[in-house]
Amino acid sequence: MSTPRLLEVRKNVLKQNDLVARALRDRFSAESVFVVSLVSSPGAGKTTFLEKILTLLHERCHVAALVGDLATENDAVRLARSQTPVKQITTGTLCHLEAAMVQTAMKGWNTGRLDFLFIENVGNLVCPSSYDLGENIRMVLMSVTEGEDKPLKYPTIFNSADVAVITKMDLAAAVEFDEGAAIANIEAVRPGMKIFKVSAKSGLGISDFMDHIAQRRAEAVSTQVETRS
Amino acid sequence: MHELSLAMSIVDMAQEEAQARNAKISAVHLKLGLLSGVVKEALLSCYGMACTGTPLEGSDLLIEEIPVEIFCERCRAPRVVSSTQWFSCPDCGTPSAAVVHGKELEVSALEIEE
Repeated sequence: MSTPRLLEVRKNVLKQNDLVARALRDRFSAESVFVVSLVSSPGAGKTTFLEKILTLLHERCHVAALVGDLATENDAVRLARSQTPVKQITTGTLCHLEAAMVQTAMKGWNTGRLDFLFIENVGNLVCPSSYDLGENIRMVLMSVTEGEDKPLKYPTIFNSADVAVITKMDLAAAVEFDEGAAIANIEAVRPGMKIFKVSAKSGLGISDFMDHIAQRRAEAVSTQVETRS
Repeated sequence: MHELSLAMSIVDMAQEEAQARNAKISAVHLKLGLLSGVVKEALLSCYGMACTGTPLEGSDLLIEEIPVEIFCERCRAPRVVSSTQWFSCPDCGTPSAAVVHGKELEVSALEIEE
């Protein structure tokens, strides 16, 4: 048998996903749609938070949502109560969304008039971190009931996010949530990340969050106009 | 658990190269960043499964783990973090979100027999 020869290749394993994500990002950018993805563990309150945001945004601009779940269309039904267009991606047994699933769900969907599109990932703090979905910002949510050390247990996904949201703040006192420790832990794994403390139930922090994404959208749109001119 | 689909992508990529060169692959070298979101052990066990029934059956997956490196603004230099739970310069303690290395998930080389 001949001696094996080492052949250098340098190929990104996620190249296919990254190419689709780039195509999506180009489409969203051309349409001036600002895309926010949401990741969290199951039960952190993604859907409740999103329902609140969609309902409020719907009053002032054009919004829509894509929601991924292993099974059932319950989340899409809940989000549709906000009167905004909602599409469900049922992943079967797959634990995360991939760019191609978003692309398929977007087919034939006229998103040209949208200001915001939210993509709710499958509840999972591990697998979604590797997959770019073409979003402008990735938002990671953790609830006060999960424990302050969540960011230290899942540093990869927290580090990959652009915004952190601490949910269910109305329960903070009841579960003796140590806010300082949670914030320090987020800061440790993703220095400088913007952090919001919210309660979809009481409305705490919701308007701050809405102002923030409106500002991020304005920045993204103005950068894009500059690039084009 | 997304390692099986990644293992299948790795096998597909290697197989394409093998066919293009009419060669047999005995090992695949992979750079795996500690921030890639992929578990080395899971990927290794999935690789064997993904190779079954393909020309890569019996080949090895050799993983080189890439530590997380950030750029320290204060030291004006890249620094390897001491832990993925603390994104700060190990020398001066300045926090940094500028990740230079650690997200790699890349087939770097193939061992081929022609």
